[in-house]
Amino acid sequence: MYRYDQYDQSIVEARVEEFRDQTRRRLAGHLTEDQFKPLRLMNGLYLQLHAYMLRVAIPYGTLSAPQMRKLGEIARKYDKGYGHFTTRQNLQYNWIKLEDAPDILAELATVEMHAIQTSGNCIRNISSDQYAGVSADEVADPRPWAELLRQWSSFHPEFTYLPRKFKIAVIASDEDRSAMRLHDIGLQLVERDGPDGKEIGAKVYAGGGMGRTPMVALLINDFVAEDEIVSYLEACLRVYNRYGRRDNKYKARIKILVHEIGVEEYRRQVEEEFAHMRTLGLNPPTAELDRIRAFFAAPAYKIGLPEEIDRADPAFGLWVDQNVAAHKAPGYAIVNISLKPLGGIPGDASAEQMELVADLAERFSLGEIRVTHAQNLVLPHVRKADLPALWRALDEAGLSEANLDLITDIIACPGLDYCSLANARAIPLAQKIASRFADPARQRDLGELKLKISGCINACGHHHAGHIGILGVDRRGVENYQLLLGGSGAQDASLGQITGPGFSEDGVVDAIEKVTDIYVAQRQPGERFLDTYRRLGMAPFKEAIYG
Amino acid sequence: MADFLSFRDGDAAQEPAVTVESFTGQSNATAVRIEPGEDVRELLPHLDRLSLVEVNFPAFGDGRGYSAARVLRESGYAGELRAVGDVLVDQIVAMRRCGFDSFHPDKPLDDAAVDRALSRYADIYQRSIDGRPPVWAKRHPETENG
Repeated sequence: MYRYDQYDQSIVEARVEEFRDQTRRRLAGHLTEDQFKPLRLMNGLYLQLHAYMLRVAIPYGTLSAPQMRKLGEIARKYDKGYGHFTTRQNLQYNWIKLEDAPDILAELATVEMHAIQTSGNCIRNISSDQYAGVSADEVADPRPWAELLRQWSSFHPEFTYLPRKFKIAVIASDEDRSAMRLHDIGLQLVERDGPDGKEIGAKVYAGGGMGRTPMVALLINDFVAEDEIVSYLEACLRVYNRYGRRDNKYKARIKILVHEIGVEEYRRQVEEEFAHMRTLGLNPPTAELDRIRAFFAAPAYKIGLPEEIDRADPAFGLWVDQNVAAHKAPGYAIVNISLKPLGGIPGDASAEQMELVADLAERFSLGEIRVTHAQNLVLPHVRKADLPALWRALDEAGLSEANLDLITDIIACPGLDYCSLANARAIPLAQKIASRFADPARQRDLGELKLKISGCINACGHHHAGHIGILGVDRRGVENYQLLLGGSGAQDASLGQITGPGFSEDGVVDAIEKVTDIYVAQRQPGERFLDTYRRLGMAPFKEAIYG
Repeated sequence: MADFLSFRDGDAAQEPAVTVESFTGQSNATAVRIEPGEDVRELLPHLDRLSLVEVNFPAFGDGRGYSAARVLRESGYAGELRAVGDVLVDQIVAMRRCGFDSFHPDKPLDDAAVDRALSRYADIYQRSIDGRPPVWAKRHPETENG
């Protein structure tokens, strides 16, 4: 894992002192809320319905055990004992006092963490694949590039007041576990033959995003050399900063610019700017990428470990089948910890659970933890022989739900229970759906089914990308839920289509059941829900719901 | 409190700045003011006769002026580059790094706060216009870019 040097540490500590000064000025009345707002937003501090919310960055979704322990400690000391993992690999505290915020940032800095640029119209936390470094299908671990971009994007002098927020994802395999093509810019690292052997570069996609006008990002360059990615992104951002719309915040994301001028024209402008940018010496030297890469070198895996898993306990066996993924090293496995227990709040973890996961990571996963955009956790380096002991420890803490990628593994935004933007509640609806489909055998029979709920049109719950998506709206003062089918955030990215008129909270649960009944009745062998929907189209599902 | 700040040697330019349209239409003006929606590259053929470019920030959240400043400096403009309008103490550092060397804010700035802001970050991550070495150059003093 990456470790700060004196420079990284000094920058984060300077930020803490800057924000302490700004908070002092606000509390003393020298700054109005209007003046303070953009400053606190640059530090991830939002004013929500009941309290301040602090969003902490988890760069590219990687945490060490001490970092996770610190997150738990902060939850206990400054929040009500909880943290909420988000769809962008961040952690949110929902009950923060303004006067505590500088102290929290100072505590985060002691474990090389921060809340820099987790909100505001700037480049946000760089996200990546939760299986980075441990999946056999990647061309390289994408995190060194993500760390390089974390540094490049932090306090970038030209791109701090963009038309709108800007999200970047970096992946390195054809299978997309990060919703890469729903980011403003998505990078997929690829390998090709060059004059001196294999060379690595990035396929660059631009113009993806959710919100009220969802779009899938389009390819703008099929190979940017690894040591020119920074200058290429400078070019992408400059074109956006100069020409992205600023007259209407709902048309200000880069997706609208790319759509309005066309991807060809956007690409042409980027190339023109890039031709200029690459002459300016903006790219860190290869030695810097090598320095960062060394931190992500594969750990010393033990050789000769057993491959067999003792499945004597059937509940354990089901959990292995559902939540454990293949690791590139023999004898090891990737363990997904579901944060979607029946009746729970999607993505929430208590202070005790965070501390336990930190302990388990030290015991079983070489001290490393990952956070996923689906609001779950991952222990990336677990010996297969340790799986039963790990499962028992998770089970005792209520963390052994065997529902990864099943219908109850629901992504949901905080919704009207917390968020000042929301039109409808998302959490209680997620709980109702999970309870309707609580039978584990039924869930497994329905198979991979990604259900995503947003409490408003801003789409933080990724409803456009759900195989089944739900959008909460306000219909003349009453919460109403629209149903969407056929979205995907994976390598087969697509946007869901609205079925028709919306539903009450109970009505939408009934509608989902009708939709899954059609799938069960009409699926062909091996088809996921999404495949059946794509084959049949909307008609039979619509007929079942409204007919 | 300061209603004008300059980081240049010598006196600030005094000539009133004209609009881009009137500047490109007449040959004798040496000071121009650019608005956020205007294309700074229209000025590039005329850099040798400019002594002042004012970049207007009608609202601090409109960041187009940062790109305008860098484009001018990257193209070799060495005259005075002045940020005017809704310029706040919390933007001064980024503006300096993009090449602004004077400031005429709508509301006067607290000198002590400006000094604190400018000295707060000893290290920066990107190469930009101000010539300060980014941390990657400090980490690798031996490399070509460093």
